[in-house]
Amino acid sequence: MALDAFAPWEDPNADPIIHFQNVTKRFGDFTAIDDLTIDIYEKEFFALLGPSGCGKTTLMRMLAGFETPTEGTILLQGQNIAPVPPNKRAVNMMFQSYALFPHLSVWENIAFGLKRDGMAKNDINDRVDEMLRLTRLETFARRKPHQISGGQRQRVALARSLAKHPKLLLLDEPLGALDKKLRQETQFELMDIQEKTGTTFVIVTHDQEEAMTVASRVAVMDHGKIIQVATPDAIYETPNSTYVADFIGDVNLIEGKATSKDNDKLSIAWAEGQPEIVGTPTTEFGNGQTVHFAIRPEKVAISAEKPEAANALQGKILDIAYLGNISTYHVELAGGQVIKAQTANNRRLSRRTFTWEDNVWLSFTDTAGVLLER
Amino acid sequence: MRRFSWFNATSLTLGFAFLYLPMIILVIYSFNASKLVTVWAGFSTKWYGELLRNDAFLDAAWVTLKVAVMSSSFATVLGTMAAIVLVRAGRFYGRTLFSGMIYAPLVMPEVITGLSLLLLFIGIGLDRGVLTIVLAHTTFSMCYVSVVVSSRLVSFDQSLEEAALDLGCTPFQAFRLVTLPIIAPAVISGWLLAFTLSLDDLVIASFTAGPSATTLPMKIWSSVRLGVSPEINALSTLMIAIVAVGVITASLVSKRAAVKQQKDERAAERAEAA
Repeated sequence: MALDAFAPWEDPNADPIIHFQNVTKRFGDFTAIDDLTIDIYEKEFFALLGPSGCGKTTLMRMLAGFETPTEGTILLQGQNIAPVPPNKRAVNMMFQSYALFPHLSVWENIAFGLKRDGMAKNDINDRVDEMLRLTRLETFARRKPHQISGGQRQRVALARSLAKHPKLLLLDEPLGALDKKLRQETQFELMDIQEKTGTTFVIVTHDQEEAMTVASRVAVMDHGKIIQVATPDAIYETPNSTYVADFIGDVNLIEGKATSKDNDKLSIAWAEGQPEIVGTPTTEFGNGQTVHFAIRPEKVAISAEKPEAANALQGKILDIAYLGNISTYHVELAGGQVIKAQTANNRRLSRRTFTWEDNVWLSFTDTAGVLLER
Repeated sequence: MRRFSWFNATSLTLGFAFLYLPMIILVIYSFNASKLVTVWAGFSTKWYGELLRNDAFLDAAWVTLKVAVMSSSFATVLGTMAAIVLVRAGRFYGRTLFSGMIYAPLVMPEVITGLSLLLLFIGIGLDRGVLTIVLAHTTFSMCYVSVVVSSRLVSFDQSLEEAALDLGCTPFQAFRLVTLPIIAPAVISGWLLAFTLSLDDLVIASFTAGPSATTLPMKIWSSVRLGVSPEINALSTLMIAIVAVGVITASLVSKRAAVKQQKDERAAERAEAA
């Protein structure tokens, strides 16, 4: 039996655990969050993604209670949390710097929040042991934070923030301080722990790969607004704007004028003397309207002979980036436009087919690209 | 390059002689058997015995200790509070003026501080005694405490306190359980600094003390005016010894803590690499 896909955001009857209603946050003249409305559902792993200064951290700090919205309301399970101070919220946060208490041992760090709740001593012991097991830190319980490694500190911070059974766990760039290999391992660990505990996670990150890996849904932010919220594959394959297409992964963007064709296709005139690009629109475009054609490099094929394809463009290889698993070709078309094409190196020791200055053909189907208004 | 040269050796000797020769002479003469300070008549510890029988000195020492403990404790509380406001409050209107006013007593001539306090105490009709010296010492030493504590608070990671709030602390609990233990070394050294300042202050104490309370520096100063006695030498030697032991202990403790921390961090790095 196939598992039902987890998608509460598609269920109109589902109650969100977090509801932002027209939230605005200003610091003096600076608008950090601009009239933002969003729902986050229980058990979601929700990623806030954006460049620095886009307001993602402010959004998270409002959830934690360190900032209050200037306008609008934030509901946690239907209750307005604006007047609730951070220490009274069933929300815990894992800080970017981990913020481990240096004068307390790993064990005491994890027990810190439980003690504040006046939990019985035995229950605290049990809960801390459980968290130590979950994060594989049993042997480090008596150490101080400066006596353990960066990866272990990260796990202590996670254990401490999960210990109080929060309804919502906020993670502020949780893996930023780890090196790449450890980060990738930890991403899977985070997903595993999220699944085991069933806690709703909201993660703030500027690393799109990290957001795509861990999240059930990704919100791409810019200048205090959410540009698009969707599942990782939807955000990659059907971005709603050139900003999102460009922010997530690599993309070729071509601007042109639209002309409607038969069978719901659209023809794009983009340069003098170049064949028009044929694409499949998902929204209405008027004749002569400006259209942005976005296509991912891996969807552009490269060949020596002119192929049979809906779109074929001729150009010259400018640069080749060999990355081991894939190669990226930068191909300059006659008009000067550079298009990136990617091929997977799925054979070992194959002879390089193309080299610099070669004349090649680029091709793609009429459904490979996305047509965007802006 | 030669590490040893006659020039270096000479400057080192002269420098140290300049710093320590007077004190060495004082220490040596405190063990002099003769009553005449400048004539050596053999080794003796009798002046230390005399000192213990001299009630006036013992009373003054007791007053000094009381004043130092009380004023440094008040100064630590007030100075720490001022430091927190200065570092945390961000930019509020008049902040520069406010912080300038806290640091001004650092450079204020002691005579002026003492005189103004005297005028204040007379003005409000406060009888001069231990209380007035404590108040005066608190006033001038709290700015030293606030300098020491605020330099520590600047590098204090604010998210530690936020983490404490996030885990259920009230703001006061967050301060008591997280901030205070972490900045404790700075607070303690602020207290020690205030304690030492109070211990050896002569000028301000002279202005604010009354007939009922005389501190040790005042007592020494007034008896020296009648001629240096070997007892004073003995007393000064004891004070030098106490200060030296305190300074050496404090530096050894902090050095050992630093070495241990470094060792632990290196061990953790090795563990990570493995």
